[in-house]
Amino acid sequence: MQKYLKPSVFILSTIPFLVILYKIFLNKLGPEPVKEITHFTGEWTLIFLCLTLSMSPLKRITNLSVWVSFRRTLGLFVFFYATLHLLTYVGLDYRFDWQPILDDVVKKKYIFIGFAAWLLLIPLAITSSKKMAKLLKNNWKKLHRLVYIIAIFGSLHYIWLSKTIFFKPLIYFIMIIVLLAFRIKIKNRNVNYG
Amino acid sequence: MIKFKNSEITPENVYKNRRSFIKSIGLSASSLAISTIPFVNKSLASGRDKLTSYKDITTYNNYYEFGTSKSDPYRNSKTFKTTPWEISIEGEVEKPIKLSMEEISEMFVSEERIYRLRCVEGWSMVIPWMGFSLSELLSKVNPTNKAKFVEFESVYDPAQMKGQRYPVLNWPYNEGLRIDEAMHPLTTVVTGLYGKKLPNQNGAPLRIFIPWKYGFKSAKAIVKIKFVQKMPTSSWMWASPREYGFYSNVNPNVNHPRWSQATERIIGEGVWAPRIKTLMFNGYGDEVASLYTGMDLKKYF
Repeated sequence: MQKYLKPSVFILSTIPFLVILYKIFLNKLGPEPVKEITHFTGEWTLIFLCLTLSMSPLKRITNLSVWVSFRRTLGLFVFFYATLHLLTYVGLDYRFDWQPILDDVVKKKYIFIGFAAWLLLIPLAITSSKKMAKLLKNNWKKLHRLVYIIAIFGSLHYIWLSKTIFFKPLIYFIMIIVLLAFRIKIKNRNVNYG
Repeated sequence: MIKFKNSEITPENVYKNRRSFIKSIGLSASSLAISTIPFVNKSLASGRDKLTSYKDITTYNNYYEFGTSKSDPYRNSKTFKTTPWEISIEGEVEKPIKLSMEEISEMFVSEERIYRLRCVEGWSMVIPWMGFSLSELLSKVNPTNKAKFVEFESVYDPAQMKGQRYPVLNWPYNEGLRIDEAMHPLTTVVTGLYGKKLPNQNGAPLRIFIPWKYGFKSAKAIVKIKFVQKMPTSSWMWASPREYGFYSNVNPNVNHPRWSQATERIIGEGVWAPRIKTLMFNGYGDEVASLYTGMDLKKYF
């Protein structure tokens, strides 16, 4: 039973990707398809971010260590969907036309912070393997705390690009704040969950 | 013999407008460089003048009175009652009048007017409206010499308009133009589209359409037109003065604080279609640029 869990998490995590492929090729995206893809991949990045951050609190609440074993898979899917999101914007929307893209990154704070969040994901994705964890020892844990900053950046990215904070951007913001608050508690109790 | 694909030949109307196009994109090196990218030119030839489908025009709308999602107006406006309807023209005029929709359709002949619509959000449509120049309607009242601006007020009816039950904007929806803008022949009173009666989700029974300004300037379901002395504060200026100015002319060189206005996406062109360059005054510069001679359009955005 145990050995099927991780592959199941992997397969489930690919479903949003399959859904968007299906919608693209069967033309089910409505009058502004590129915007749909951008929003879809962006939202799933945030969902996977929340899921990744939920694993250690879940371990604590349920006293089951199995949750933490999903963390790497889920984290890598954050990177996967974030990269699709970025590629949709850079490739599909702006056709690698760098001038307006650079303009956006510099001038628009939501794009700046979103791009920064993606850049910060790269070292985490590169060092995600067990081998790298062993190699980096204590530094690995420190490095992977970057995910807290990434989560805040991701949530701000959503808030700043929306016309109003109501209601979805606010919901993600609250979820991320609650998930991060779990960490503060853990630290105060001096129990090392990471 | 060299063969050309249809899409590689510039259509006549684009060819004729090439001067205004070149003028409008400005002569800066960067914009010239962009305009030489082949896909930009190709799509200019195909998409910019192709009519948007009736389905997209009538199911993809920003009309916050019926909800903030673009599919809401189609869904939530089906039972909206547009009869009886009366429009009052008042304020700084010698003889204020009230006209019913019946009187308006008797007095003015609607013609087909194909205009581009550029939304401030960065998408565009080409719409075959039915309508007549607002100046014809306004000529029925004599404005006093105090009148400097024209204010448009949309209907307020939260019982029928779900969106008005929430303070998304300061209802009723309010927009305005300078008198010379309002009197410009391109400023249109819209009564229909695609040869049919105007659908509720597009602003029935009567709306304004100003082709060289961002879509939100063109107020829907008008009940009042008022001549005033001072520049009106529109609903969107009220909501966010930093993001929405009074003029709101389509201008690729002035960015919205949250996104670029240099390019746009044509509705209904599919996933693989590229963006096209946005034109100064939405391509109507030849007709309207003289209204703004000497004005700093970065300041008066």
